[in-house]
Amino acid sequence: MTSVSIKKLYLSFGEVEVLKDLELEIEKGEFLVLLGSSGCGKSTLLNCIAGLLDITDGQILINGRNVTWEQPKDRGIGMVFQSYALYPQMTVEGNLAFGLKNARVPKDEIDRRIARAAAILHIEPLLKRKPAQLSGGQRQRVAIGRALVRDVDVFLFDEPLSNLDAKLRAELRVEIKRLHQQLANTTMIYVTHDQIEAMTLADRIAIMRSGAIQQLADPHTIYNKPVNKYVAGFIGSPGINFMDGELKLNGSPAFRAGETRIGLERYAFSGNGPRQGPVTFGIRPEHVFMDRAAAEQPFRAEVGVEVVEPMGADTLVWSRLDGHELRFRVDGQVPVRKGERVQIGFDPARASIFDAETEMRL
Amino acid sequence: MASIVTLNTVGVADRASEDLVGPRGARPARAFSRRNIFLYGTLFVVALYYLLPLYVMVVTSLKGMPEIRVGNIFSPPLEITFEPWVKAWATACTGLNCDGLSRGFWNSVRITIPSVVLSIAIASVNGYALANWRFKGANVFFTILIIGAFIPYQVMLYPIVIILREIGLYGSLTGLVLVHSVFGMPILTLLFRNYFSSVPEELFKAARVDGAGFWGIYFKIMLPMSLPIFVVALILQVTGIWNDFLFGVVYTRPETYPMTVQLNNIVNSVQGVKEYNVNMAATLLTGLVPLIVYFASGKLFVRGIAAGAVKG
Repeated sequence: MTSVSIKKLYLSFGEVEVLKDLELEIEKGEFLVLLGSSGCGKSTLLNCIAGLLDITDGQILINGRNVTWEQPKDRGIGMVFQSYALYPQMTVEGNLAFGLKNARVPKDEIDRRIARAAAILHIEPLLKRKPAQLSGGQRQRVAIGRALVRDVDVFLFDEPLSNLDAKLRAELRVEIKRLHQQLANTTMIYVTHDQIEAMTLADRIAIMRSGAIQQLADPHTIYNKPVNKYVAGFIGSPGINFMDGELKLNGSPAFRAGETRIGLERYAFSGNGPRQGPVTFGIRPEHVFMDRAAAEQPFRAEVGVEVVEPMGADTLVWSRLDGHELRFRVDGQVPVRKGERVQIGFDPARASIFDAETEMRL
Repeated sequence: MASIVTLNTVGVADRASEDLVGPRGARPARAFSRRNIFLYGTLFVVALYYLLPLYVMVVTSLKGMPEIRVGNIFSPPLEITFEPWVKAWATACTGLNCDGLSRGFWNSVRITIPSVVLSIAIASVNGYALANWRFKGANVFFTILIIGAFIPYQVMLYPIVIILREIGLYGSLTGLVLVHSVFGMPILTLLFRNYFSSVPEELFKAARVDGAGFWGIYFKIMLPMSLPIFVVALILQVTGIWNDFLFGVVYTRPETYPMTVQLNNIVNSVQGVKEYNVNMAATLLTGLVPLIVYFASGKLFVRGIAAGAVKG
């Protein structure tokens, strides 16, 4: 069943079109992440769903009900903000009760819901405190609680972890995931620019760029079969390696860049290709192997090590293949030194090939 | 806890035992450096410059007329008398009536309190609406309001006389209250708008999701977190309206003159001897209210001025 559906959504601020002809269907109980760099319109889209921004054209349906003209409070949503947005002069309890009091929920019902939310989020000892007396992680928990007590079907998260330090972010990320598993049938829409959050939390990720959705798919597909060059470059850290060259189709298909020839017999072409002509070849650093592991790979080459970046668990090696920068990841225990020549290899089936002009996947 | 203390002492002892040659630790500060002498000297001179007139006023107001005629204006009173104060308050003559400043004081109170309350109430709602509810034409409205602050009062004096006469409020305290409230509007609205703009927008959005409306957000969210700016507005308005002379003299009648106008009439009366001690006492009495306001709310005033730094 569809929980949130967005139809032909347009939003402009004066002359500037922020969202264009946006279509999105979100299933009940789904965890959808809107991912994109800043200014791509992801937070704007969330504000439109919440009803905090008036849209220019289109419709928004929540649980099959057209809420396009409804106030935020009547849409059946709860929202969590990046800056927590707790009411500073109220206690935690007051913060949680504020929305319910406005909705004239009876006193005992308010108490019951606060107790339940506090138990889920482990904030019972904090109920009498003011937000200023809480740490960042505790504040964000209270902010989630404020959405929780509203007893709604749709949760909207607007970069909720961006103000926290790395360790807390990882902790709260898992907690949000647990919360989603605990609350069956609760749809969550989560805006972030952090791809780790997106990959770990999402059932599906929508990658946005300048007001349009580039790709909407599960994290596995987004990572392995990016639909265009932008998505391929955006997902993955360190970023994917790109090589410009030609796609040759006489005989078996192959990619050529200068002296290098990469056979593509095992590559699964998408609906767009194969097409002879200039293309960009992309291979992720974690799919390139070195030394003994390289020997088993269909494509092999010898490269010189230019820069070595040890990161503990693994080491990032910068080298050059036929003039193109090639980064690859090796186990952190393997000794690699600058200036060495090493054998590398990868499986072209794991690569992504994009048309040089349209930048779409072939 | 105990172990940490021991650790620290051990650390200090270790450091002390090492022999370091040359300067170490914090640089010693000299109490009588040239910089300090210059700084405190300047502050002292400036303070003296501002306090001297006040001193002369207080001293003179406590002297009798014979002592004043001797002419030593800086010398303390030989014989302290509070008679000038009593006279200034209760019996000094202004024009036709001789009941001192007391009548003007109560007039001023009756002018100031409603004007301050009314102007702050309206301006804070204005500022809140302009900052948080971006309605169509908000910027035009705001610009017009700000331009109002730049029109010289003199230009508007006579038109307002006519307006007040037409609505039947000319000469009454209500009319003057209205004028003060209107003229306080541009600067107060600017003040509140800027303050409310600095409140995080997400707080406002959260309140909307929680179902609070225009007044709900104003009274339950914005008002409780804006005490400093209300104090600033209060001080601005109380001192401004209390000290006003121009509107007071133009829009009221002798029986409703505010304290400042009465003070002027006492000090500038041409008949009889100039009673310097009574004049000084009257002036001090008139200035007492703004002074008390500053003393009572000084700390909050500074907090309000630095209100940009207040975070939720």
